[in-house]
Amino acid sequence: MTDTTITFGNSPKPLMFKVRNILTRNGTLSAFFLLILVNLAITPNFLEIQTLYVNLTQVATIAIVAIGMTLVIASGGIDLSVGALMALAGTVAPLIMLSDFGMSNPSIGLMVAIPVALLAASAGGLFNGVLVSRYNIQPIIATLVLFISGRGIAQVLTNGELQSFDIPAFEFLGTGRLLGIPFQAVITVVLALVCAWTLRRSIFGRYLLAVGGNEKAAQLAGVPVKKVKLVTYTVCGLLAGIAGLITTAINAASDANQTGQLMELDAIAAAVVGGALLTGGKAPVIGAVLGAAIIQLMGYTLLANGVHDAVAMVAKAFIIIVAVYLQQMRGGSK
Amino acid sequence: MINHDLSPAAAIAGQAALQGAVSDQEAVLCMRGIHKSFGGIAALTDAELIIQPGEVHAIIGQNGAGKSTLIKVLNGAYKHDAGEIFFMGEKVSYGSPHEAQCAGISTIFQEVNLIGYRSITENICLGHEPKRFGMVDWKRAHSHARSTLRRFGLDLDVRKPLNEFNIATQQLVAIARAVALDARIVIMDEPTSSLDDHETSVLFGVIRELKASGVAILYVSHHLDELFEICDEITVMRDGRTVDRKHISQMTKLDMVAGMLGRSIDDVEAGGTTGFSAKSTPIGEVMLAVEGLGGASPVKNVSFKVHKAEVLGLAGLLGAGRSEVARAIFGLDRDQKQGQVFIDGCEVEFERPTDAINAQLGFCSEDRKQDGIIPQLSVRENLTLALLPRLARRGLIPEAEEREIVARYMDRLGIKASSMEQPISQLSGGNQQKVLLARWMATNPKLLILDEPTRGIDVGAKREIQLLIRELADNGLAVLMISSEFEELVEGADRVIVIQEGKSVDELSGENLRVNAIIKSVSHISHAKQ
Repeated sequence: MTDTTITFGNSPKPLMFKVRNILTRNGTLSAFFLLILVNLAITPNFLEIQTLYVNLTQVATIAIVAIGMTLVIASGGIDLSVGALMALAGTVAPLIMLSDFGMSNPSIGLMVAIPVALLAASAGGLFNGVLVSRYNIQPIIATLVLFISGRGIAQVLTNGELQSFDIPAFEFLGTGRLLGIPFQAVITVVLALVCAWTLRRSIFGRYLLAVGGNEKAAQLAGVPVKKVKLVTYTVCGLLAGIAGLITTAINAASDANQTGQLMELDAIAAAVVGGALLTGGKAPVIGAVLGAAIIQLMGYTLLANGVHDAVAMVAKAFIIIVAVYLQQMRGGSK
Repeated sequence: MINHDLSPAAAIAGQAALQGAVSDQEAVLCMRGIHKSFGGIAALTDAELIIQPGEVHAIIGQNGAGKSTLIKVLNGAYKHDAGEIFFMGEKVSYGSPHEAQCAGISTIFQEVNLIGYRSITENICLGHEPKRFGMVDWKRAHSHARSTLRRFGLDLDVRKPLNEFNIATQQLVAIARAVALDARIVIMDEPTSSLDDHETSVLFGVIRELKASGVAILYVSHHLDELFEICDEITVMRDGRTVDRKHISQMTKLDMVAGMLGRSIDDVEAGGTTGFSAKSTPIGEVMLAVEGLGGASPVKNVSFKVHKAEVLGLAGLLGAGRSEVARAIFGLDRDQKQGQVFIDGCEVEFERPTDAINAQLGFCSEDRKQDGIIPQLSVRENLTLALLPRLARRGLIPEAEEREIVARYMDRLGIKASSMEQPISQLSGGNQQKVLLARWMATNPKLLILDEPTRGIDVGAKREIQLLIRELADNGLAVLMISSEFEELVEGADRVIVIQEGKSVDELSGENLRVNAIIKSVSHISHAKQ
């Protein structure tokens, strides 16, 4: 473009464009602050520390799973098995801790239980990755396998029974506080920051976006497409495992039937509200955490103001629609 | 020539005076003073387009000149900021391509936008199926489809799924659909880009048929030669403005190129129509040797050598196996098992592109969109993609160093972008291609394979890329260049290998390297068969 054409276009439009740009680019953040303002105005006792704890506790696991889901979505895939992998990890850890060995050596039992549980969830993720990358099965079908069977494995491991325990060191994951902040919130923030930094700075992050953006082109440019997908699904499994342990720790019991139930949908919703594109090529990890927070806060706002639970669910759906609309607007302005 | 301060009446008068030909009042389409900007950057500034009924009207211009924006404004894909559109005497503004189609303006896109796995009949009748007792009357639908196609001399089995036919036929079906919808204007965007000569002549037959029935055709093409065969009027665009409108009989190819570039004719004449200059470095030793490459179809037996500081051209008809040879060398499509490939005298067998890249090969594929750019990523991220393994330290990308490399290549290749952070999808085709070339140049390759390096990009960028290819070869790079444009091969390559039905059959160089010789050589067998 020559200079003349640019000056010609400098009518009032650029300003409008700028405002819209800021709004859409930080739409998730603005929505989050807007919700807090609304709550300050209408929700009784909103400023109490208890409110913060309740919300942080409820949102942490969704946010952690949503981070992994965002990575998988960025690669152009989807992972339906996260809820089942949460149940798997949540079942494996108490099994070890409550075993004879674990009971007689509590600290070693804990040291073994957590890594093994996370390893089990990661192995599930790796399995998804193998199906997707090596056998070229569509992600929604590939991860359906563990969506169905993962919870089944967890149920078989425990005969479908509830395992309750009283191991304070483990329960710290779900109920402990670090400098007054719920420990699980700390974990969430640390994981989000580590993932965001890795995506931005590492070769893996670049490769992930390239694979999600245009797999054929990425392969031609020497990107190890299969390896990238394997790592992505494995990390997603690992994160689901962490969320599963937290859920189990909160309840001081593992329930293979309930842990992570419908989590895959909550995580996808959070990722989408956070700005992930289902076509791949974008990985707003911090956005996913904010997305989870928005959905959580919206639900809380309605419940705290006496709106019926069923109505709150409709509101949840409404946020998703708004998020998708904003994304399309952003896509259209290109 | 156009001044938007003028009143519409004065503008019309001025236009008519300038034209001195047909009155614009009879025009089936009249777009005037069209402005459109994206985010403060003007894509169209006072653009104008006037089309008479039964006329084949071409818009020409470099990429980024505003041709496709103007078309999208016309068919309702974009909303214009200012200006007027009169269609058959009525002021219109469409909200979507579908709305425009219903009103009589149909667009045939480069990529056929029909439903591949449904039958031809369903595609032609989609949305206006003949009904009987509330159900689709298939008998009437089929005969309607058949008769529509017969108008164009096409006799096809209309019950078969569309994707069982080749691209050329699919395109003709798309046109038939437009006609079935009673289109008054059919917009064709690069309709011949994937057609061979015979298919092109069939298409031109269809266009003449449409023309005779009073339908106007808006034609966009980078192939200036074919305009002389089919077009009546030419509108030249540059930098979002309409800079000229003439009858084709008053224009030469040189006029067109000069108009698109905004340069004088003498200037263009001196430089030739391609950007290749004479060779200045002597050819070095053999870099790549291919012996008896073959295996799965269509590559059967291909042998050639590429030397250092040499541009070797690969010529052949569509489907002769040119691209497949390139892909096989680069470790793609691993079914090509026969034959040997030597790099620098050592036999190699690449399992995947990564192996080829490690051996310092680079490959720009023919399909920029499908195999080249990562649309969501920025210019910077696209440019360094192949370099990353060497750039990264312990898995991390050194940002400052990356920026510095990108800035250097953007400067050297004259890549036009608002910044290195602009998404590559927003760049023009020519600039995208430059980024892809830079992607490989940054890896410091020994051999660069370029499949159709200038396809679908505008004259200006094409020239720059051709100059660059020559410069790279003069600096010692071995280049294997595939091109469907024989002029490009003649002016750009040192030698040309001709591939016929998967076999290397001929080598042309020096005195023998002329367009006529290539045409004769590539078409030898197919002519003998006919």
